[in-house]
Amino acid sequence: MTRVWRWLADRWVMGVALLVLGYLSLPIMVVAGLSFNRPSSRLSYDFDEFTLDNWRNPCATSDMCDAVVRSVQIGFIATVVATVVGTLMAFALVRHRFRGRSGINLLIFLPMATPELVMGTSLLALFVSAGVPQGFWTVVIAHVMFCVSFVVVTVKARLAGMDRRLEEAAMDLYASEWQTFRLVTLPLVLPGIVAAALLAFSLSFDDFIITNFNAGTTVTFPMYVWGAAQRGIPPQVNVIGTAMFVIALLLVGVSSLRGRRARRARIMSAVRPNGPS
Amino acid sequence: MSALAHVPTPSGPAAPAPPPRRGRHRLLPYLLLLPGAAWLFVFFAVPLLQLAAASLYDPSGSLSTGYALTWAFSNYPDALQAYWPQFARSFGYAGIALVLALLLGYPLAYAIAQKAGRWKNLLLVCVVAPMFTSFLVRTLAWKTILSDNGWFVGLLRDVHLLAPDGRLLATPFAVILGLTYNFLPFLVLPLYASLERLDHRLLEAAGDLYANPVQTFRRVTLPLSMPGLIAGTLLFFIPATGDYINAELLGTPNEYMIGNVIDSAFLVRLDYPQGAALSFLLMAAILAVVFGYLRRAGTEEVL
Amino acid sequence: MIGMGAKLRERDAPAGDLRLANLTKRFGIFTAVDDLSLTIPQGSFFALLGSSGCGKTTTLRMIAGLEEPTSGQVLLGARDVTRLRPYKRPVNTVFQSYALFPHLDVHQNVAFGLRRRGKRSTDDDVMGMLELVQLRDYARHYPAQLSGGQQQRVALVRALVNHPQVLLLDEPLGALDLKLRRQMQIELKRIQTEVGITFVHVTHDQEEAMTMADTVAVMNAGRIEQLGAPAELYEFPATAFVANFLGQSNLLAAEAAGPAGSDVPVTAHGARFSVPADRARSDRGAVYLGVRPEKLHLVGSAAQVPSGHQHVEGVVTDASYVGVSTQYLVRTGWGSEISAFTANSGTGGQHPVGTPVVAHWDPRHAFLLPREPGQDDRTTPLLDEPVGAPS
Repeated sequence: MTRVWRWLADRWVMGVALLVLGYLSLPIMVVAGLSFNRPSSRLSYDFDEFTLDNWRNPCATSDMCDAVVRSVQIGFIATVVATVVGTLMAFALVRHRFRGRSGINLLIFLPMATPELVMGTSLLALFVSAGVPQGFWTVVIAHVMFCVSFVVVTVKARLAGMDRRLEEAAMDLYASEWQTFRLVTLPLVLPGIVAAALLAFSLSFDDFIITNFNAGTTVTFPMYVWGAAQRGIPPQVNVIGTAMFVIALLLVGVSSLRGRRARRARIMSAVRPNGPS
Repeated sequence: MSALAHVPTPSGPAAPAPPPRRGRHRLLPYLLLLPGAAWLFVFFAVPLLQLAAASLYDPSGSLSTGYALTWAFSNYPDALQAYWPQFARSFGYAGIALVLALLLGYPLAYAIAQKAGRWKNLLLVCVVAPMFTSFLVRTLAWKTILSDNGWFVGLLRDVHLLAPDGRLLATPFAVILGLTYNFLPFLVLPLYASLERLDHRLLEAAGDLYANPVQTFRRVTLPLSMPGLIAGTLLFFIPATGDYINAELLGTPNEYMIGNVIDSAFLVRLDYPQGAALSFLLMAAILAVVFGYLRRAGTEEVL
Repeated sequence: MIGMGAKLRERDAPAGDLRLANLTKRFGIFTAVDDLSLTIPQGSFFALLGSSGCGKTTTLRMIAGLEEPTSGQVLLGARDVTRLRPYKRPVNTVFQSYALFPHLDVHQNVAFGLRRRGKRSTDDDVMGMLELVQLRDYARHYPAQLSGGQQQRVALVRALVNHPQVLLLDEPLGALDLKLRRQMQIELKRIQTEVGITFVHVTHDQEEAMTMADTVAVMNAGRIEQLGAPAELYEFPATAFVANFLGQSNLLAAEAAGPAGSDVPVTAHGARFSVPADRARSDRGAVYLGVRPEKLHLVGSAAQVPSGHQHVEGVVTDASYVGVSTQYLVRTGWGSEISAFTANSGTGGQHPVGTPVVAHWDPRHAFLLPREPGQDDRTTPLLDEPVGAPS
């Protein structure tokens, strides 16, 4: 009996964890399942009949594909701008001493602590009072705004973890400031910048609340889904959802595989007998 | 670059190398900061001021006739009086969801960090993976899962956890479930990060010093995971309180949270002063909760 | 390997000593390096020795150009390089943590400096250098794939391949274990002799400094306490700091009243001693009478003290057998404990704890150092800090 208890005590945490993971993955499985569904009516949320039509013809509802393309465009522009601007800020924060640091830190922290709703409505208030017509570019502006903080935090972490001596070593080895940046700093910070860019893109692509207040008549993918939820959702939405998931998973898989290969090489060389020393 | 001007010379092995001081680089940090800071100032800080102004507009104005800033502070009590149930619901739902998320998220984070071994990365991906798919699409999936003729409701009815005509969709339960689901990864990830740093030998040391598992958790694990717990709690609570998508998609007007009201104030009723006042109240309430919480938790190094 | 050295010397930059003139560095109110002046002859192996925070690394960084002096000059031969950017100086550094570029392989790391100076084909130089440190087979490995000792050698040749006028070494052996460290010390010394480049080596390890360097400068609080050949520093330290930083010393508080003939008589704790005048750094007023523990000999009674030797009496309070020697603590009549090392050469007997002993020494092995009035005896506790332990 005590052995049973012991066994349970050792494993219940893992058991709970797996149940929670199930809870987290359930909707995705449903989305993936529904992407093969032929709904019986426009407002049906149930699985009615298996079909491959949705995958064969994802753009059957052309509005939706337009919305996806628009989301990608917005995401791309917002990502590029936010990544560049945020990376510069991260460099300033980690590498330089300047007056007003705490003010800048607050300016970066607050957008992350402010509910999206408030950011959305306040931007709306600004655009309306300034008479700026809302549309594609106001959405881009809003997305850059809320992505910048996340970029700064991500790049900053990478930069702060970097050994300053590497740059000094480069300068000591005849590399000018610019060469040092190009040959040492940038390659070493790049993984952080890439991670930040991916984060920014996913934040932008998936944002609904802020976009909703500032899009005017521009329809992004989340806004399309929101609108469709009232009118009935075309099953192709689930195709897009599943495809996004698979692409992201592939990206993660490839990068972790590359990481593992590098690690294995390191272990192999550690096992190999060292040269005469 | 005049960094570390007041720090004694480092020469121990761990001391960071101070950057060289160069007068000609004194302007550089400001140049680097300028675009980002300007962007955040113009499109984050200024709009907040604009929102503050809008919350004090004469409520009798309209978008077509224009608004006048009349310092109508009465917008605040008026808005609160009209919508306090939704306010209370926002914090209530988010609070309950937070408790649920802690109960679910802590074991998950702990298991991944300390028990998963070689499966660690895979499990971590499983936590993050849901976020790869659109937030709205996933929330809509819950509509399918919880639908009245779905297997889940059927199962609950069969085991008499739910009355034969009982339903889950369009109830507070569905909304709270959705909130918990949607923001759980934000709680788990920081928590995982701090639990992962936890040296397993500390737990063994606690056991060696006569602490039973419960005491070990209370005296060692919990305090050491506090930074992650605080960060995760905030990352969960802030968006959950301001959310209105779950209430809209999984609930009915009876479950509406303050976000639904603000949304309709700005986009349907076009009552900007009221929407702005509500937004500000929401922000103020959240900041009050957050800073009160941070003070009690006694840490400033969050996020 | 000899050929390698000859080749390097041929291509050496124009000759010149490294001179530091009134070099000062302040960080805020903290003075890290205080009006430092010294000349390091070309081709010498120079060690800057001191505990952490004494300013030795800051000095090195100023020579490298990574730190700008608050005042003073750095001169290479006749050339003032004080304000020159690091990449414009014919000086290279072996960093404390090696600072190998993790994203470049060994070959690329070593070729880095050559490439920056516009050299197109670097392969011969790089492979030759890797040969020198027996790492040819590792050219395509990444730093993370190398052991600490291998990384250290890559860091060394990455700097050496540029034929700098001066090579700076910032505690380059600190991260290695004891055995590897000894091995690398010999290796470094050999390479320095071969290439003939000026080495400036910063370390807190006194044994390392003494093993490798021609000249050692002991630094303390931003100043040089003493500079000289290792044996000179050890046998005749200039200050109490040096006497205790470099090995151990028994320093007895004494009073001197000026030289008498070729000796300086002193009184310490009521007893009279004398020290040859040429071994007195100070011969009047408050002084320290210093004797190294290994220069103290223990005998059972005053009758056994050889003529010409001076002695104090005491009781053994601790005896540690450390193999090559036995290290004793002897409590003197006035209460201080002095330490004495006796070689276990099989000639003398052991002195158990509690037995009365007489410690005697040849006055020619003693020395007198200036002392602040009021300061008491300074005898290093036995085995307090093992030699070479990181501070």
